Amino acid sequence: MSTEVVTQQMPAHKKKKEFALLKTWKRLIKNKMAIVGLVIIALQLFMALAAPAIVGVDPNKQNLELSELPIGTEGHWLGTDNYGRDIWSRIVYGARISLLVGIGAVSLGLVGGVILGLLSGYYRRLDGIIMRFVDLMFAFPGILLAMLVIAILGTSLVNVVIAISIWSIPTCARIVRGSVLSIKKQEYIIAMKSLGASDLRIMFKHVLPNCAAPIIVFATMRMATAILSTASLSFLGLGAQPPTPEWGAMIAAGQEYMWTSPHMIVVPGIAIMLVVFAFNVVGDALRDALDQGMSLDK
Amino acid sequence: MKDTVLEVTNLVTKFKSADGLLPAVRGASFSVKKGETLCIVGESGCGKSITALSIMGLLPSNGRITDGSISFNNKNLASMSPKEMQKLRGNDVSMIFQEPMTALNPVFTVGFQIREPLMIHQKLSKKQAHARGIELLKMVGIPSPAERMNQFPHELSGGMRQRVMIAIALSCNPSLLIADEPTTALDVTIQAQIIDLLNDLKEKLDMSMIMITHDMGVVAEIADRVIVMYAGEVIEEGRVEEIFENPQHPYTKGLLSSVPNVDDPDFELKPIAGSMPMLNEKISGCRFHPRCPHAFDKCFSESPKTFSVTDKQNVRCWLQEEVGQNGGRRASSL
Repeated sequence: MSTEVVTQQMPAHKKKKEFALLKTWKRLIKNKMAIVGLVIIALQLFMALAAPAIVGVDPNKQNLELSELPIGTEGHWLGTDNYGRDIWSRIVYGARISLLVGIGAVSLGLVGGVILGLLSGYYRRLDGIIMRFVDLMFAFPGILLAMLVIAILGTSLVNVVIAISIWSIPTCARIVRGSVLSIKKQEYIIAMKSLGASDLRIMFKHVLPNCAAPIIVFATMRMATAILSTASLSFLGLGAQPPTPEWGAMIAAGQEYMWTSPHMIVVPGIAIMLVVFAFNVVGDALRDALDQGMSLDK
Repeated sequence: MKDTVLEVTNLVTKFKSADGLLPAVRGASFSVKKGETLCIVGESGCGKSITALSIMGLLPSNGRITDGSISFNNKNLASMSPKEMQKLRGNDVSMIFQEPMTALNPVFTVGFQIREPLMIHQKLSKKQAHARGIELLKMVGIPSPAERMNQFPHELSGGMRQRVMIAIALSCNPSLLIADEPTTALDVTIQAQIIDLLNDLKEKLDMSMIMITHDMGVVAEIADRVIVMYAGEVIEEGRVEEIFENPQHPYTKGLLSSVPNVDDPDFELKPIAGSMPMLNEKISGCRFHPRCPHAFDKCFSESPKTFSVTDKQNVRCWLQEEVGQNGGRRASSL
């Protein structure tokens, strides 16, 4: 008789799901650099969400009498630009734009990349076609591709989002495909098939969650690239148009005054640098934390 | 006579490879009756798992059934559309796998995975499926089943996971269960429990079972009938007593004398020399002749016919022909 109960005491398991996340989080914040990065990202998020509350001044309000004030001036602690606009308030509002564009571009890119990656990893037949298409996209330098897209669609922030997301698709597709290839050989996928699950169900419900770790890492790192690219495109005049307080556009505007008021390019430059650094560091730390986290056995 | 659930006739499964089409199963025929347990035994690579996957329609993408028919409850599975097969799998035929550690999805709870087939096939609501899941876990002997439903696979031991797998496979009351070496990856004590469990459940649910194994101990424990496969061919079949007491094929005898005997201290293991031929090896005549101690001229040139030993026991070996002539002395003295 074996239908009898196997005696083995189990404590109550209720909080297991949170527990796995908590473990990853604990591992993440053991990394000191990750904390620095997380703090910077949190600050940016706070600035983006609470921009009107933090700064009382309209970022686009010109006052030519107060133009090119240096850092540390009373009332304008980061100085003003050539039109007398408060740089601090422009940085704060700029955080909003860079975060929005970053999130938008990365999520759009993820949707495309994940679908392509799943299809090409799962169906051998589609693999060749999709991967050659992806190779084709890889052959294009990213910023050139983005410029081409913007040249076709016209200059605006929305088009920047689209351009950068298209550029994220091939990398994402490759990463997802790689994970799918190894996951679909796992016995639990064959077991799911043996239970009569459809391909779509297996792909999205069973394979995709198992690819979560590399996708999360990719998305975080990609945020850095997306923010940097937005700044680059705006700097080239292809993204945000004046007077939008976009960091890249601020640097572009400050170029002429580089020698007289260097803070006009230094301040937004530092802002971009810090944010890009933060996302990269956090992405890196996430990779380490999730790597151990995903080996769920013991 | 009990009715036949599964009838496999002359099944040929081939794999596309760099060397062309290679046959992994070469004309296997067997049948499973209602409520019966059929064991498929053989070394690794003899085609027993591929036979099972052919039945399930789960061959890897480079594998294909090129000939023969698989009739399950009078429906030919070999010619069914993928969609029909999908409906059948998990519902009428289901399968349990060798490695319980990897056969459950690590990112979902046990409950999620046990509810899924119930919701797909029986269109139960989540709540109903949950209740049924708890019943199923109880049926396979899992303690505190309600709590287990919220646990992840990595929190369970190997034996527990295999029980969960069995519960999932049986969730829709299939008429045929295919078990692909379900005990190989488990501890010996757990093995016995799982074998007992399968035996009990088979009787309780009145289903048929195909057990794939290379463990003769398991065979003796559970089988009604046995087929022995070698290099993609069924070389001997018969009732379990016949196979153990009066094996005819030299390979079957070899398999039996490769099993350690605890009771007899003088028992010497006699391993079968050599190894299973590769799929792409071309062997004339009987595919076992390079390893067979009794091979003679005919074995090198002609593929053996099937000889009936009793009404249930069949064997493919030329030695049988001589047995017929010499009054059965020679083969039994092997």
